[in-house]
Amino acid sequence: MSDYETVIGLEVHVELATKTKIFCGCSTEFGGEPNTHTCPVCTGMPGSLPVLNRQVLEYAIAVGLATNCDITRYCKFDRKNYFYPDNPQNYQISQLYLPICRNGHVDIKTESGVEKAVRIHEIHMEEDAGKLIHDDWLDASLVDYNRSGVPLIEIVSEPDMRSAEEVIAYLEKLRMTISYLGASDCKLQEGSMRADVNLSVRKVGENEFGTRTEMKNLNSFKAIARAIAGETERQIDLIESGEKVVQETRRWDDDKECSYAMRSKEDAQDYRYFPDPDLVPVSVSDEMLDEIRAREPEFREAKIVRYAEEFGLPEKDILLITENKHLADIFEETVSCGAPAKKVSNWLMVETMRLLKENNLDPEDIRFSPAHLASLIDLTEQRTVNSTVAKEVFEDMFKTDCDPVKYVEEHGLATQNDEGALRETIQKVIADNPQSVEDYHNGKEKAIGFLVGQTMKAMQGKCDPGSVNKILKELL
Amino acid sequence: MSYITELDALSLGRAIASGEIRTTEATEEYLKSIEEQDGTYNCYVTVDGDRAMEAAKEIQARIDKGELSDSPLAGVPVAIKDNMCTEGLLTTCSSRILYNFVPTYESTAVRKLRNAGAVILGKTNMDEFAMGSTTETSYFGPTRNPADPEHVPGGSSGGSAAAVAAGECAYALGSDTGGSIRQPASYCGVVGIKPTYGTVSRYGLIAYGSSLDQIGPLTRNVSDAAAVLTAISGHDDKDSTSVDMPAKDYTQALKKDVKDIKIGIPKDYFGEGLDHEVAASVRAAADVLKAAGATVEEFDLSLVNYAIPAYYTIAAAEASSNLERFDGIKYGYRTEDFAGLHNMYKKSRSEGFGAEVKRRIMLGSFVLSSGYYDAYYLKALKVKALIKKAFDDAFAKYDIILGPVAPTTAPKLGESLSDPIKMYLGDIYTISVNLAGLPGISVPCGTSTDGLPIGVQLLADCFNEEKLLRTAFTYEQTK
Amino acid sequence: MANIISDETIEYVGILAKLELSDEEKEAAKSDMGRMLDYIDMLGELDTSDVEPMSHAFPVQNVFREDVVTGTDIRDQILANAPEEKDGMFVVPKTFD
Repeated sequence: MSDYETVIGLEVHVELATKTKIFCGCSTEFGGEPNTHTCPVCTGMPGSLPVLNRQVLEYAIAVGLATNCDITRYCKFDRKNYFYPDNPQNYQISQLYLPICRNGHVDIKTESGVEKAVRIHEIHMEEDAGKLIHDDWLDASLVDYNRSGVPLIEIVSEPDMRSAEEVIAYLEKLRMTISYLGASDCKLQEGSMRADVNLSVRKVGENEFGTRTEMKNLNSFKAIARAIAGETERQIDLIESGEKVVQETRRWDDDKECSYAMRSKEDAQDYRYFPDPDLVPVSVSDEMLDEIRAREPEFREAKIVRYAEEFGLPEKDILLITENKHLADIFEETVSCGAPAKKVSNWLMVETMRLLKENNLDPEDIRFSPAHLASLIDLTEQRTVNSTVAKEVFEDMFKTDCDPVKYVEEHGLATQNDEGALRETIQKVIADNPQSVEDYHNGKEKAIGFLVGQTMKAMQGKCDPGSVNKILKELL
Repeated sequence: MSYITELDALSLGRAIASGEIRTTEATEEYLKSIEEQDGTYNCYVTVDGDRAMEAAKEIQARIDKGELSDSPLAGVPVAIKDNMCTEGLLTTCSSRILYNFVPTYESTAVRKLRNAGAVILGKTNMDEFAMGSTTETSYFGPTRNPADPEHVPGGSSGGSAAAVAAGECAYALGSDTGGSIRQPASYCGVVGIKPTYGTVSRYGLIAYGSSLDQIGPLTRNVSDAAAVLTAISGHDDKDSTSVDMPAKDYTQALKKDVKDIKIGIPKDYFGEGLDHEVAASVRAAADVLKAAGATVEEFDLSLVNYAIPAYYTIAAAEASSNLERFDGIKYGYRTEDFAGLHNMYKKSRSEGFGAEVKRRIMLGSFVLSSGYYDAYYLKALKVKALIKKAFDDAFAKYDIILGPVAPTTAPKLGESLSDPIKMYLGDIYTISVNLAGLPGISVPCGTSTDGLPIGVQLLADCFNEEKLLRTAFTYEQTK
Repeated sequence: MANIISDETIEYVGILAKLELSDEEKEAAKSDMGRMLDYIDMLGELDTSDVEPMSHAFPVQNVFREDVVTGTDIRDQILANAPEEKDGMFVVPKTFD
């Protein structure tokens, strides 16, 4: 086995985050009742005509620029003709002859430290198909065209990858880049990013490529890794037993951990591509390119370097915060409101991530404003509230973006900073807990914690544990 | 024909505006005319009598309130070729595969006419999916030429042309991909215009050859044609190929003046195969224009013969793709017995489409297929570029190109379909116009000795409908 | 006839176009297509080596729409002409994968 190498190329389909479909004004919102986001255009009604959504072009170009591609300045759409019920016109509008981007590359670094550039052959725009649902009762299929016409970009790589690890690094890089651009949320599990794996094997040292197969239905990184391993083995077995690998499309079944060939003879796979006469060519001007370049965000790699230099944050913090652009934006804005960087990063990494997870939300769903977070941090810095109270305020801020200053006032949560009253309370606690006092004097440091707790209780939490500790030690 | 149905569209429009004739009267007279005659001519696939009367009442009420005063066609009954989607009204493309299709949306051109107060009488017969030159490939039987019912009306807008000629509507809309407005206009003795590609929105026009199709009027005279064209043209956001230019009033072009007009007559048009009566009639039309002050000369327009194979390659290729959507799933005919998905596709389409449509789909699929794309489809697109260049060169010297519309007058029914290539050759004068996207008009210029109408075709450069209409108007008013 | 169209070709094109022809129709198709292609071969007489294929007669470019939702729920209309529908979806013979 080890004298073979696996050669992998990927075709990645990314669903773009536009509000409307690529060729009509229907909503792309997920989850509507079947066929409620449809119109004559995306259902292939006679006489309907497509009109290109400008935002699709802009996202496609943005992705191309961010992956070092040449932008095809004069490009067209072509019809890919094949009959299938999820394809209402029985042709898909795509780009074959003049795709919008070509000859790019993405730099990856795998977990085991392999660094390489994966070349991108081309990126093109196309429309998604509808959904087919099987109906056992009727022994038939049902078609929902809500997804028909949703804009996709297809990113076709060169066969530059050699392992599942590289594939996953490549997909992660694409996901990070594209989600930073806001062009898509790239979620494999939700179908907004779909990867088809083209795989062949050859003996190490051979220059020619072996026959490749295409694998579909890979819905997680684990499935991708398993599929790559499985298909590599299958192909090697075939070759070793003197048989030939058949060029075909195979469907991966992750439950059974095996693949089986798709496509019946009825589909000749002759798509008869020709330029769609209902659409006109796109001529990308210098102005458009400049505008799109100007809108390019600072990407993660740059942030990682900058945050280390500018804020001196530890790498773990930086990686977590920059994992998602929205989170990074909130971090930066909160810091620019005056909050100390490490405090901000703590709030984001701990409390924010906790609440997001609990509520099954994404960083995009964060409601609180950076100004309010900065304000809350300031309150803790000023010791106006202690950390327990701050967490309580934050929970509300997370839900409602309340103004923390107002919230503390309205709920009377401010720490009592009257040292006299505090001393009195502490003295009473000491008097009431002679055993703990004795324990402390006998060397049990932990006993002081109990006394702090009792003080906090007596003060209804409105005191600063640090101060309590200090005074206790003084008095004991 | 009553006196109402003898009025041309604009005259009827004026009479309605002045209150002399009520819209309901006009619609009633036309419905009567259809009832009396359509058994013979078979111009209509669907007559929408009840709703036409309702529309007429509504429009009369609006006119009485003082509305629609700037709409010269308000209240005038029109017939629409059955490949244009009409909301709530059966739209079949004269094909079995759409025998029950009732659109819930509408073609932009039809919507514009409705907004202008038109009364839609019904949908006219055509060659199936606009593929044909005689209206004999219709699933609903052929239309007969009112000039002589033993003869075809031409195609594919045969029903529309015949309806105008027979007085079964005041005017009609047709579509033209390779001559389908101009040739039946010529055969039936009416006026027909194919505007510059992109002038009239194709939204709602069931596509045949998308890069060639245009909607246009069939009318009794040039003035009506100009008025109808004005009403239906204009940029449409829903059609990417619709040209973004300010709205035009084509009736401004209706002047008797051709002194600045230089007319070129292609020598290549007058070769063998052109009927001598047609030739004579067309030349006489040129003489009328010359006498009216135009400069007329002959010239070489090359590539005439190559237009037909280029056209059929391109049109068949586009059609084979455009017609893929007819699959028995979303609308239209679905076969009753089938075994599995692909069998359902094949049977529905084979049973739903007629022979000529299937022939063109096969040819179109073939010329696009792997291995043949370059040799056929791309080659045809290159020839298209050459043809456009030839016209560009011609229009550098001439304002108008004049010639016959068809090599003969209307053939007899049943004589054309047995030899498809011979039938295709009949498109020789009209086809290159679609390839080059030019505007063209057919105007009646004579009658043959056996009583069949002859038309003369005028062509202008893209977006020069003004010169075209002015020249046509002058001819009509002078001859 | 220079272009002889084989049975295989007609079969193949039939699969592409989803058309099923009777034996008679197949014979007619072979002959028609052959003659048509012979006729189209005439285009080979023209020198197009320096010519770009022209899709549209004049150069319209860059026609776009803005990314604003204009569609509404018109499911009833979309299904109005469906030969068979269930639960708001079009019913089709069973598909695989």
